[in-house]
Amino acid sequence: MPSIYSREIMKHFKNPRNVGKMKGYDGLGKVGNPFCGDVMEFYIKVGKDKKGKEIIQQASFLTLGCAVAIANSSALTEVVKGKTIEKALEITKQDLLNKLGEVPKPKIHCSFLAVDALGEAIHDYLIKNEKIIPEALNKHHQQLAKEKQEVEKSHKNC
Amino acid sequence: MKRIYLDNSATTKIDKKVFEAMLPYLKEDFGNASSLHWFGEKSYEIINKARGQVADFLGCNILEIYFTGSATVSDNLAILGVVKASQKKGITKPHIITSAIEHPAVLETIKHLEKIGEVEATYLSVGKGGVVKTEDVENNLKENTVLVSIMYANNEIGAIQPIAEIGSLLKTKNYKLKTKVLFHTDAVQAANYLDCNVEKLGVDLLTLSGHKIYGPKGIGVLYKRKIVSIEPIIFGGHQERRIWPGTENVATIAGMGEAIEGIKNQELRIKNSEKIEKLRDRLIDGILKNISGTDLNGSRENRLPNNVNISFSGVEGESILMALNEKGVAVSTGSACASGNLDPSHVLMALGVGIERAHSSIRFSLGKYNTESEINYMLKVLPEIIKRLREISPLK
Repeated sequence: MPSIYSREIMKHFKNPRNVGKMKGYDGLGKVGNPFCGDVMEFYIKVGKDKKGKEIIQQASFLTLGCAVAIANSSALTEVVKGKTIEKALEITKQDLLNKLGEVPKPKIHCSFLAVDALGEAIHDYLIKNEKIIPEALNKHHQQLAKEKQEVEKSHKNC
Repeated sequence: MKRIYLDNSATTKIDKKVFEAMLPYLKEDFGNASSLHWFGEKSYEIINKARGQVADFLGCNILEIYFTGSATVSDNLAILGVVKASQKKGITKPHIITSAIEHPAVLETIKHLEKIGEVEATYLSVGKGGVVKTEDVENNLKENTVLVSIMYANNEIGAIQPIAEIGSLLKTKNYKLKTKVLFHTDAVQAANYLDCNVEKLGVDLLTLSGHKIYGPKGIGVLYKRKIVSIEPIIFGGHQERRIWPGTENVATIAGMGEAIEGIKNQELRIKNSEKIEKLRDRLIDGILKNISGTDLNGSRENRLPNNVNISFSGVEGESILMALNEKGVAVSTGSACASGNLDPSHVLMALGVGIERAHSSIRFSLGKYNTESEINYMLKVLPEIIKRLREISPLK
């Protein structure tokens, strides 16, 4: 059926990859909240590549949200797999838009959630393992925490 | 692939008879109704005929019917026209009573007037069933109240409002009042199913739309009681007695007349309503029984025969809509994402169901072309969709 979304978005929405909670995960990122109509959990498992560099070995997700939010989560689990932590942090929201195709303006918010959730999962991993957290990631983490608090306070402003 | 249309509150499929009634005026009978020659005469005649058909349906005089560009135009005309006329009479800041669950065509118009300081407004709250209380209208009447605007039936949850009761209340009140309180109702969603006789309802102004009754888009009707004066909000020629000037859209007016023919007969209307109501109940019961975590939004009893609005916990409405679209079923959602607006439905929020339930709602709106086998198909595919989306959701 034709829809307002790209074929790529519908492909991931209809058949999402890597769905579910991950057993023995190394990092978990939770973003969004039910008041805004979207909640996302992003799980990562960290391992080492041949050169001994830390890479994201596996990723999985759970998303309550619209088709775009679900498709983006699914696509990101594929994109991030095998990337080093540094490279994973370099994935931008625009990268996902490029991969999945443009979305109507009001939906851009929904397509950004997955990248935020990945960042939060990496932040979680770095904290737990007492590793250095890049300045930008730390800042973004604090920003998200602040927004979450504000939304919960007002139940609005999604 | 099956194609099932369950979004009849958004718009309806044009009836074949309506389409055929419009055709001559898009082809050979193209005259301007204001022209004095016989081309003009033909257009003038059909407009008059349509006006008569609508007047017949509403039980009013032919000169009380105004054709406009849409129901939004009619709502704006009613509200802005009454406010301007009241100000002309010296009421500097008129007061309007409306409800929290009105269509944006009413709600946004009043909010705008309020924002620019032209009016005072009271937005009546509704209970869980989504119905305005007549006593709330009474208790909120003020010295400067000039207009009460309450919809006949709500577009999202199908809640039927006590229009005749409010009409008779205002009639009683108006005996003693110097400034009469006028009563407007947006009957766009009700017209297919409920009696729209303006005397029985006791309304002074009433709005209808063409495309919700198997007619064309781009046509609205405003009924205005003869003794009520409203000021125009746009200016131009003499058309529609200067209330809505501009060359008449003859084909859509012809279509409106024919669409009204389809709903005018009371017996037929009741028969049609009963058939649709049966499908509605089958759909509601089927969903509530077979899918856990589901809630019907709005009152079950006080409901249009064609409206089903259900929330599915732990799932976002838009994702259900998109998944159903993949199965060939067209529905709609009052929730955030689909409408291009991230706020949840103001109607569901007014019911007090909470923001999470508002985000997870789907409206199925039936029409005269729906069949039992379509409802059965819907009940077959929906549980799988909800199950799949809940598997993806972190909130079970």
